[in-house]
Amino acid sequence: MIVALIGVIALVSVNALFLIWMERKVAAHIQLRPGPMEVGYHGALQTVADALKLMGKELITPDEVDRPVYLLAPIIIFLPVLVLFLVIPFSPNLIIRDLNVGILLIFAFSSLTVLSILMAGWSSNNKYSVFGAIRSIAQNIAYEIPLLITAMSIILMVGSFKLTDIVAAQDKVWFVVIQPLAFLLYIICATAETNRAPFDIPEAESELVAGFHTEYSGMRFGLFFLAEYTNMFVVSAVATVLFLGGWRGWILPPVVWFLIKVYAIIFLIMWFRWTFPRLRFDQLITFAWKVLIPLAFVNLLVTALAIKLF
Amino acid sequence: MNGAQTMPQTETMVLNLGPQHPSTHGVLRVVLELDGELIVKADPDIGYLHRGIEKMCEFRTYHQCLPLTDRIDYLAGSANNLGFVLAVEKLLGVEVPKRGQYIRVMIAELTRISSHLFWLGTHGHDLGAMTPLFYAFREREKLMDLFEMVWGGRLFPCYFRIGGLAADLPEGFTDQVWEFVETFPKKIEDYENLLTHNRIWIARTKGVGVMSPDEVLDWGWSGPMARGSGVDWDLRRDNPYSRYEDFDFVVPLGSNGDTYDRYLVRMEEMRQSNRIVRQVLENLPSGDINVADPRVALPPKERVYNNIEALINHFLIIEEGVIPPVGEVYQAIEAPKGELGFYIASDGTGHPLRVKIRAPSFANLAALGKLAKGRLLSDLIALIGTMDIVLADVDR
Repeated sequence: MIVALIGVIALVSVNALFLIWMERKVAAHIQLRPGPMEVGYHGALQTVADALKLMGKELITPDEVDRPVYLLAPIIIFLPVLVLFLVIPFSPNLIIRDLNVGILLIFAFSSLTVLSILMAGWSSNNKYSVFGAIRSIAQNIAYEIPLLITAMSIILMVGSFKLTDIVAAQDKVWFVVIQPLAFLLYIICATAETNRAPFDIPEAESELVAGFHTEYSGMRFGLFFLAEYTNMFVVSAVATVLFLGGWRGWILPPVVWFLIKVYAIIFLIMWFRWTFPRLRFDQLITFAWKVLIPLAFVNLLVTALAIKLF
Repeated sequence: MNGAQTMPQTETMVLNLGPQHPSTHGVLRVVLELDGELIVKADPDIGYLHRGIEKMCEFRTYHQCLPLTDRIDYLAGSANNLGFVLAVEKLLGVEVPKRGQYIRVMIAELTRISSHLFWLGTHGHDLGAMTPLFYAFREREKLMDLFEMVWGGRLFPCYFRIGGLAADLPEGFTDQVWEFVETFPKKIEDYENLLTHNRIWIARTKGVGVMSPDEVLDWGWSGPMARGSGVDWDLRRDNPYSRYEDFDFVVPLGSNGDTYDRYLVRMEEMRQSNRIVRQVLENLPSGDINVADPRVALPPKERVYNNIEALINHFLIIEEGVIPPVGEVYQAIEAPKGELGFYIASDGTGHPLRVKIRAPSFANLAALGKLAKGRLLSDLIALIGTMDIVLADVDR
């Protein structure tokens, strides 16, 4: 178990470092510039340098904050993220605990991040932070519903919450072929769940400065950052399991296939960010309640009907 | 107990947006009264960039005022210079030779493109579209390189002088402008591909900040802000200066008067400016760039070195500057952001008695409170972006 924990922490850190570098490179190339080039080959070590800098920074605690809550928030956002890795099947053998409620565990623990964002925003005693927190909560609640419903239509087809069973059910054809609408809905909701553009209103820097983490500095800010990128990995991993056949592939070892699929989805999410403007708060919520949730329900009903008929 | 007492008491919140804020385009401070995210009242508080340019002008010769005008709207320095030199020339009653005027038109239009590119980048960025910023700045950088060829700097030109220009265009400049003019329309398509038909962009800008034509006139809006509402008013066409009447261009108009229409108007204006620059290049006459009158413009260096009268003229212009007759003059030009007017009163000495600058951003910004009322916080950011304010222009 200790080995697994160390493994997970190492994976989370390396993954975040890689993703931040990848995001900067993707952004740079979309925007016709080279991006980081100085530290390491094509700036590969840039994020390592940034992380070291962040660790060396002074942890500033503003005077008027609600201290216990303020200090707990970055830890609370980070711990559930570690739990999520317990059930992700990287390959047939590379899975820490193959729980029979795997997918439920992921959704349950990933929704805990909202709590942390609320704590951070409220305790910071900063109006911008409060706005960020309010927006984040409204958004996460609105987008978690269609996310669960879309996942539900897959679970109906498989008949199990176990992630390995879901992958096993895709031995003939990936679910993205059978459930293209569900896949689309899932990607949209996942982008919103991770507060990524065009749904990044909780930290819309042109409106709210930095949103809920405005008052955090140093490694406390670093933990929020780490959690954001790790969450991105988790939602993409879940998408891979649910729709893209998990570790399935040809020639290359399964774990490689799994990672290729995950990073392809992450690339897609990054691509969104550097292409689209940001939605307004009311439009975002309207979109969730009036478009995504009805569509997700229709998809679920059609799936249920189809299973009953055939 | 009746129901009213069990209802939670709510109150509005005051949020101080700026002067240090990522999207207030400088040092604008907006005091917001918010009900949730809804704006009950928005009160722009200006003056953080007030440098007293109008007062400073009173203690300087006309030539010394010119560098101050660079700093009114620092994104379009040449446009400010043009307004000021035209006003002084009107006061003096001189007219610059055709080549000088054509070069002025070309630089002014390139400046308009550069200013609009800056607006496009920052406006997009404010609404969360990060990439158009880099696309727009790529072309703006090219323009900055061109400007650097002419006056050696990027933002503060001081290239237009009373009675003409500081110098003729450098060698090879027109070739490079040709290159820019040929490629630029394609680049505008790049920006439009990212934004014009983007559903999110339309959702964020359509119906935001609607001004009717009557309201535009009441609030004294000008430039693209007024034309977005369909007010057909462009000083380049309706009150031509610097030989704008020689050029063929269309004044684009919007119909709804919202942020999206103003966006379309500015995009089209860039195309039209590009057309004007092309026409200047095609018809650029040769000849003098400066007024021949040695009391207004510096005599050619050749003559200063060899002729005592020319040397004396040179000294007088440097020491005393131009001395206009007693009188008042108002000269307005179509700056990238709207009508930029210079009112100059002269008492017959080498210093202006009074300089009043009618800055477009100031008049445009005044309506912010009216437009933001009842909208969401995010709309305020869109409104500040669409107004294309430069705080240096507002405060002066």
